[in-house]
Amino acid sequence: MTSDTQTETRLSDMPDKKGHFGQYGGMFVPETLMEPLEELKQAYIKYMQDPEFLEELDNDLKNYVGRPSPLYFAERMSRELGGAKIYLKREDLNHTGAHKVNNTVGQMLLARRMGKTRIIAETGAGQHGVATATVAARLGLECVVYMGAEDIQRQALNVYRMKLLGARVVSVESGSRTLKDALNEAMRDWVTNIDKTFYIIGTAAGPHPYPALVRDFQAIIGRETRQQIMEHEGRFPDALVACIGGGSNAIGLFYPFVDDQEVSMYGVEAAGHGLETGEHAAPLCAGKPGVLHGNRTYLMEDKHGQIIPTHSVSAGLDYPGVGPEHSWLKDIGRANYVAVTDEEALDAFHELTKVEGIMPALESSHAIAYVKKLAPTMDKDQIIVVNLSGRGDKDIHTVATIDGIEF
Amino acid sequence: MSRIKSCFEQLKKQNKKALIPYVAAGDPNPDITVDLMHAMVHSGADIIELGVPFSDPMADGPVIQKASERALVYGTSLTDVLAMIKTFREKNNTTPVVLMGYLNPVEIMGYERFAKAAQDAGVDGVLTVDIPPEEAEDYVPALKTHDLDPIFLLSPTTTRERMQHICQYASGFIYYVSVKGVTGTSALDTDEVAARLKIINEVTDLPVGVGFGIKNAETAAAIGRVSEAVVVGSALVNLVEQNAHNADGNEKIIKDISQVLSSMRTALDA
Ligand SMILES: Cc1ncc(COP(=O)(O)O)c(C=O)c1O
Repeated sequence: MTSDTQTETRLSDMPDKKGHFGQYGGMFVPETLMEPLEELKQAYIKYMQDPEFLEELDNDLKNYVGRPSPLYFAERMSRELGGAKIYLKREDLNHTGAHKVNNTVGQMLLARRMGKTRIIAETGAGQHGVATATVAARLGLECVVYMGAEDIQRQALNVYRMKLLGARVVSVESGSRTLKDALNEAMRDWVTNIDKTFYIIGTAAGPHPYPALVRDFQAIIGRETRQQIMEHEGRFPDALVACIGGGSNAIGLFYPFVDDQEVSMYGVEAAGHGLETGEHAAPLCAGKPGVLHGNRTYLMEDKHGQIIPTHSVSAGLDYPGVGPEHSWLKDIGRANYVAVTDEEALDAFHELTKVEGIMPALESSHAIAYVKKLAPTMDKDQIIVVNLSGRGDKDIHTVATIDGIEF
Repeated sequence: MSRIKSCFEQLKKQNKKALIPYVAAGDPNPDITVDLMHAMVHSGADIIELGVPFSDPMADGPVIQKASERALVYGTSLTDVLAMIKTFREKNNTTPVVLMGYLNPVEIMGYERFAKAAQDAGVDGVLTVDIPPEEAEDYVPALKTHDLDPIFLLSPTTTRERMQHICQYASGFIYYVSVKGVTGTSALDTDEVAARLKIINEVTDLPVGVGFGIKNAETAAAIGRVSEAVVVGSALVNLVEQNAHNADGNEKIIKDISQVLSSMRTALDA
């Protein structure tokens, strides 16, 4: 190694001490939250180097979550698309059905170490809410989940799951009544009940240290993938593909590869009814930088800086912001961000179900839909790994309704 | 000298405390705001805090959230708010006006462009709820270049060390958030506030205003005994809400708010 590369900072060294990824990230919060965030940061720095903590985390991920999740070669789909070999990282097989639990298990361990007795969370699709209620139930802790009134309607099954798990689900009626408003409400709760409350944010966004902390808990996805793809193929993949809501499943897969320049990365946003209609949830593809929910990042906003309503068939992608690390990876050109429409995602949902017998979450269906475009442009000996972030059970009702079926 | 500074100096000479009402600009409609500002001055307001509506008011309770929503029905933008202040200044060149809001509308306009426009409109101070000094490297100099006082928050969770750090960036006055919580909270403990103010006064010479949880003449007077200024928000915005949809709502709102402010003024001066 030359002295040159030794002094060079690696992309994986981000964020800096103040939680900045280039101009993005940071801590844009009311003063009351600054000290609690500092405490969280100290705990996170301390425990992420504590062998006992890491052992407990490993143990939970193995025996409670069911890790490692398989890396599955989707042979039939690869053949039908007639291009690159497609591997699915099966986060849908995790306990509770999505990648979200990797993060909630980790943050809950932190909460316990910090002596917090009350857990709050925001949720969109309800997957993060379920994953939070699950780990709270396991420890017998009080759990409150904020969910937009609109999302409560379209994800009724997950609302019931959370209630079964003993969580209180609070319907958020303010603003656009979706995920962003649930996040506002969770922040308000946190400011008010700061002493005993731990806020488990569900995606790699929010004020520092959350984007880094959530990424680090989700990075297990990419670390396993590195090993598994070496076992299958003896080399790294050519492309990684993942859907982007707030960006946690994507950064979890991308981050361990970020210094490997030969691996290209595609984050897939929700184009909703089409980027040109304005009815979408694609801040990286069609938004501009601003400040929301504690960090600077790409946002969907009007010319006066008001956050505008988003649309996606998938509740988990229906968010006007995105984790700050993605904004930075976009600007420096390390990752590519694209978008697929509701219709393309629904097609992909059906196709993966029929061709591989795997029913993806509508969020993950966005990633599959982009793979359908990307794979045919690549050679047969090239490799794509796509993050199958969750299973589709929770979406069956939505899909059935769209297909005109009533139960 | 800045309007805020001379306001506090004058009050000090008269041995009086500053009464600072907060209303959201454009709530419940854009027509009311300038008249309401004049009426508040008439009823004893020393400084006016004018809220800039934002779609995602993370630090506000339900009362002020709804104020933002009402104002945004008319699309009240930061530019509109500055125009209102410019109109207010046609008849009032002494009462300081502080903008209170969130960073994103300012960010979109650009710090320098915003600061210049605010100065031109006659704004005196800017309190941006979601920008701590750690992130204010470019923001504070832009304000200072245009003679705007950066107002910062201190809270019950702020350590003494942080207070020292924050006060280096602040001018005009310090805003002490009296409770852990969002705007509109009721649980205000006067003794605890007094204890915290003692520490703040050791750290800075700037006057301190106390806000969050001041509901009526009694709480205003109690806080006025230990601080240089009291900020009243949700209690006034509640009055807006009650008449927001009435035909002659604006008149009633102005009357109700004036009445409450007069009673607070009397209690503060007693
Ligand atoms: C299965 C699944 N995938 C993806 C997402 C999007 O979140 P993120 O971008 O943080 O991975 C969600 C969010 O609810 C989800 O449930």
